[in-house]
Amino acid sequence: MMGASAENRGFVLNMGPQHPSTHGVLRMEVHCDGEVVSAAQADIGYLHRCKEKVAEEETYFKFTPYTDRIDYLASMNQNLGFCIAVERLAGIEVPERAEYIRIIVAELNRIASHLVAFGTYGLDVGAITPFLYAFREREKILDIFEEICGARLTYAYVYIGGLIRDITPRHLGMIADFLDYFEPKLEEYDRLLSYNQIFIKRTANIGVLPAAMAIDYGCSGPVLRASGVSWDLRRDDTFSIYDSFDWNVVVGRGEMGTTGDTWDRYIVRLREMRESVKILRQAIRQVPKGPFQGKVPARLKPKYSEIYCRTETPRGELGFYLVADGATAPWRCKVRSPCFSNLSVIGELAPGLMIADLVAVLGSIDVVMGDVDR
Amino acid sequence: MKELVLNLTRPEGLLAGLSTGTAGLLVMCASCALVLGVVAVNGMFLVWWERKVSAHIQCRVGPMTTGYWHGWLQSVADGVKLLLKENIVPLLADKWLFMLAPVLVFMSAFMAFVPIPWSADLIVADLNVGVLYIAAITSLSVIGVIMAGWASNNKWSLYGGMRAAAQIVSYEIPVGLALVPALMAAETLSMQGIVASQAGGIWNWNLFAGGPFTLIAFGALFLGSLAEVNRAPFDLPEAESELVSGFHTEYSGMCFAFFFLAEYSEMFIVAAVASVLYLGGWHDPLGLGLVPGPLMLLAKVLLLVFVQMWFRWTFPRLRVDQLMFLAWKVLTPIGFINVFGAAFWLLLA
Repeated sequence: MMGASAENRGFVLNMGPQHPSTHGVLRMEVHCDGEVVSAAQADIGYLHRCKEKVAEEETYFKFTPYTDRIDYLASMNQNLGFCIAVERLAGIEVPERAEYIRIIVAELNRIASHLVAFGTYGLDVGAITPFLYAFREREKILDIFEEICGARLTYAYVYIGGLIRDITPRHLGMIADFLDYFEPKLEEYDRLLSYNQIFIKRTANIGVLPAAMAIDYGCSGPVLRASGVSWDLRRDDTFSIYDSFDWNVVVGRGEMGTTGDTWDRYIVRLREMRESVKILRQAIRQVPKGPFQGKVPARLKPKYSEIYCRTETPRGELGFYLVADGATAPWRCKVRSPCFSNLSVIGELAPGLMIADLVAVLGSIDVVMGDVDR
Repeated sequence: MKELVLNLTRPEGLLAGLSTGTAGLLVMCASCALVLGVVAVNGMFLVWWERKVSAHIQCRVGPMTTGYWHGWLQSVADGVKLLLKENIVPLLADKWLFMLAPVLVFMSAFMAFVPIPWSADLIVADLNVGVLYIAAITSLSVIGVIMAGWASNNKWSLYGGMRAAAQIVSYEIPVGLALVPALMAAETLSMQGIVASQAGGIWNWNLFAGGPFTLIAFGALFLGSLAEVNRAPFDLPEAESELVSGFHTEYSGMCFAFFFLAEYSEMFIVAAVASVLYLGGWHDPLGLGLVPGPLMLLAKVLLLVFVQMWFRWTFPRLRVDQLMFLAWKVLTPIGFINVFGAAFWLLLA
């Protein structure tokens, strides 16, 4: 159980773990007075798969595919986060070509993940059509990933020291075509949903998350940036080669109501997609020639050391805390997942909302239960 | 036999038939069967049509296989499936209320078909209080909805039922007010009389009878009736992202089919009422009388139903308090202004 402590009063509504709007197997215990929520607690753990324990049993190499399944909507970013942690731990050099390709797949995956967030958010507030538009575009990204690495959801493509396989100019062409196709679609989304009066009425000034509270709860990613905090690990604690591209960190400005409201959290994701397109356009032009895999020992046995390495996934700060003891598997692996911290504010935001708002706020936090439970 | 046909086609059809004994009973049964057929075919057609419309709005194609031509048999197949499915009653549900609720909801939708005029001769019963009858009968469905929500013994269903009650009762008022300008223009409550008063082309339609006021009243009527039949953006009683499926969460098989059929029949009814009251009923826009009345009315109704579908697949859903705000603070004052405005306009014209 997490969230604010709730007095047991009024009507108790059990929301989930099977509910269309809890985005997976999340259970919410909602105390209501009529339609108004007086308290809500998130009950998690339904998707716990012992990821951290598995890491202690498997070699570093073998754990990479497991990271796919932590946040299954952004597998590339999860692979990348883990691989960077191991590389820093063992001091492995990554060739420049691999770095560029990593950025390309990570940003493509960020767009795909934000598209799911956008689409399902439409569903949460009752607009069904944007969901299918979003998935139409996401499908094209998945097609590209399928061409690149053979998988559509769990890629295991980013590998310790580089990549599993190289990409070809044809792939880069596909990505360029996709970007040309995708950019006008963002305006279509704005026309369809973002500036729809009913949508604004449903989301503006709802579930306001003040910046201080967001920081206190350890929120990160779009949830934190929507509260007006300009904090993006791609820029502020840069990893890979993000510092060599020209792009902006999007923050919420409270255009439709208060900074940090549900509309801000929604729009930050839409605008981040545009920034990702910017990064991608630069990256696909600059991919250098060279090897796609660095020199990695066949049996990776880092000496005793520990590291905390954080990267920015579509949902925020993904941290890997690894302790090596000279064996082929880490002695301890702790995954700091962004969704866990982001979800924990729901107990603070819920009192006073209506049931429909609670769904809207939960959707705007964009939880992936695989990431919360691990 | 001749008398039977005459009875069916005479303006006061059903009611006149009642007084003539056995023949009257036969006419009554025949009319019931006819209406039931229309309701069922209409329901199946609209379900298929909505699936196609939503599919094309969402860059899909919808059902394509069943029946070989654009999946036209899909609804029939679904109907057969629903007939064969087990009717599950939850263990702790109130069994009798649970089974009665869909019947009530369906009955109100079914009975509302009675006073709709399809042409000068084709009407089941031209009641002298036709409009009031429809308003009364369609609001009966709320009892069934509350019953379903309560009897299911499920909190989500209860929420759906309570929302439906508040919503339908609230929207009775703006819808009732939006009916009034048309009635003032036609000076009758009989549906056939209202249509007769709009003969002779589009400019005689009630839509333009009271200047801007009837235009606004038509808009208010359309919006309000969307809310009355629980269609998006006012589909809160069955909001699937909040209340799972609202009042019909626990229903399966034929009981569910009754709710479904009732929803699509109600869509048709509100569109038909709006067409009869404001869009000239079975008269064609040019006043030539070349198109048969039933086809003309059907075209108008399907146009309005299409707009309802278009709304549903485009807009997000309102919240409960916003819905009430719209009913009481926007549509109701507008309705009152409209009634007085239209009255003065008609008086001066």
